[in-house]
Amino acid sequence: MRGMTGGRWVLGLYLLFLLLPTYWLVAMSFKTNAEITTGLTLWPHSPTLANYKRIFTDASWYSGYINSLKFVTVNVLLSLGFALPAAYAFSRYRFLGDKHLFFWLLTNRMAPPAVFALPFFQLYSAVGLFDTPWAVALAHCLFNVPLAVWILEGFMSSVPKEIDETAALDGYSFPVFFVKIFCPLIANGIGVTAFFCFMFSWVELLLARTLTTVDAKPIVATMTRTVSAAGMDWGLLAAAGVLTIVPGAIVIWFVRNHIARGFALGRV
Amino acid sequence: MALVLENIALSVGGVVHLHPTSLSLARGSLTVLLGPTLSGKTTLLRLMAGLDRPDAGRVLLDGVDVTAMPVRRRRVAMVYQQFINYPTLSVFENIASPLRVAGLSRGAIVDKVKTAARLLRLEPFLDRTPRELSGGQQQRTAIARALVKDADLVLMDEPLANLDYKLREEMREELPRVFEASGAVFVYASTEPAEALMFGGGVATMHQGQVTQLGPASEVYRQPLDLVTAGAFSDPPINQFAAIKANGAIRLATGEDLEASSLPPLPDGPLTLAARAHEIRLEAVPGAVALAGRVRVAEISGSESFVHVTFPDGRDRVVQVPGVHRHEPDSHILVWLDPRRLFAFGADGRLLVAPSAAARGAG
Repeated sequence: MRGMTGGRWVLGLYLLFLLLPTYWLVAMSFKTNAEITTGLTLWPHSPTLANYKRIFTDASWYSGYINSLKFVTVNVLLSLGFALPAAYAFSRYRFLGDKHLFFWLLTNRMAPPAVFALPFFQLYSAVGLFDTPWAVALAHCLFNVPLAVWILEGFMSSVPKEIDETAALDGYSFPVFFVKIFCPLIANGIGVTAFFCFMFSWVELLLARTLTTVDAKPIVATMTRTVSAAGMDWGLLAAAGVLTIVPGAIVIWFVRNHIARGFALGRV
Repeated sequence: MALVLENIALSVGGVVHLHPTSLSLARGSLTVLLGPTLSGKTTLLRLMAGLDRPDAGRVLLDGVDVTAMPVRRRRVAMVYQQFINYPTLSVFENIASPLRVAGLSRGAIVDKVKTAARLLRLEPFLDRTPRELSGGQQQRTAIARALVKDADLVLMDEPLANLDYKLREEMREELPRVFEASGAVFVYASTEPAEALMFGGGVATMHQGQVTQLGPASEVYRQPLDLVTAGAFSDPPINQFAAIKANGAIRLATGEDLEASSLPPLPDGPLTLAARAHEIRLEAVPGAVALAGRVRVAEISGSESFVHVTFPDGRDRVVQVPGVHRHEPDSHILVWLDPRRLFAFGADGRLLVAPSAAARGAG
């Protein structure tokens, strides 16, 4: 019993350690700048919603969220759209160099985004994609498509190929089989993949900031440009931070069961 | 002739999976592909279905060359050894799947699915998903899907191998009856000679990627063309005795002599005599020769005993006797070999003599 209690203490402390920064962010978002800068308070003594009100009413703030959601959504759809057929090919067919190609996909993940910032910037400026949601969405595909292929291939390979054959024998055309029979079978994998693509694209800062200026400026970029003449607006920044965490939390809530199964399958 | 294979062959990565094979199977016929694991049964089934392309040769269905025709355009149904169903669809939708693709009306689909479900006793489970069924029920779902399809060619790859004993017995009786009426070419792969005999149709014995004999099951059983076929069509494996005929006597490798006159005329030289496990006796039979050996092990399976006996030539033979008999390992035992019940194969493995019907009837 004593060991049990000790274990709980350790877990409790760890949880506290993890949650403290999040709590501090949330608490700050309800404080006034005066309270934040004057001293240490454990909870907001004069709670205010002004920070949130500012974000929801000021276009330069809320458009950041809309821009981010735009390119994240486009990116997730593009990544899945390309990765599903690619992963199926890797999972079902043997072709010259398939294993090397598959590994090469993964090595794409190893390159830091900074390496690609400059070529993307120049290329998108030249073709007129600069400062559009497409610019960021496409750039993030470079990292998300390989990841998605890698994850999806694991899920697809766990489906016996006899199911594909049975569908062919039943008379299904390939597209109908793929959408109606196969995708539901790997719904968990698609959920997990979408989650990882979403999270990467949502928090990625460098490419998102480099490839946008005004019209498509994402929230992460907005947040790094809040230093005004009057100094740092701490409360506003905290509120923006809280609102940045929210979409991720919502997505995790929806895919939590899928993720558990995804981890169990071992490819994530 | 509905399904004709003309010299089809398949090698994968330099390994021969199927040697050139020609077969003709009629509509409404049932053929069992009989052979041990890795003998090429599954390869042959997949080539018949069109799931794999042969390297050479043609596949004809009702006179039409379908070798290059994609699977989905052929009218073929297949049941696998593993229970393959669509896990996300209900049992009803699983069975209805080929009908939906074919574009049948709602009413016709319900009718056909209900009929098939009744035949395979799946009616109570139509709303469940395959995961919520037992193994036998899952396999019956797969069989029902093959049944409703009204296919020209129904292929089954050891469909009962993963089922429990009782269910297997039941399904063995049902399956031929269920597909008899459909008028399809019905091909069934199996490792068990008993299934081939029970279905009472044709049998094609297979060995190392080759069809060794094709014919009615009882005929192949009684007159196997060669030793390999006799081996495939025997469970436990057929007992073999190397022998040499000279000067009117046949000397067995175990040391005993047989009167050459007790067998039909045979050429002089090396021979292989063979007898199935139930054709050898543990008690004296008139005209039989006694062979001395030692018991290695006695297996009792239900109402029968299998006594494995080691002979002086160092090889084991199995004697199948009705009833439960206990034999101490390593005890001396006499085994009676009746010459009239022996197969004789030449040095090249071809059949020379099969026991006559009269001999099989006696005793």
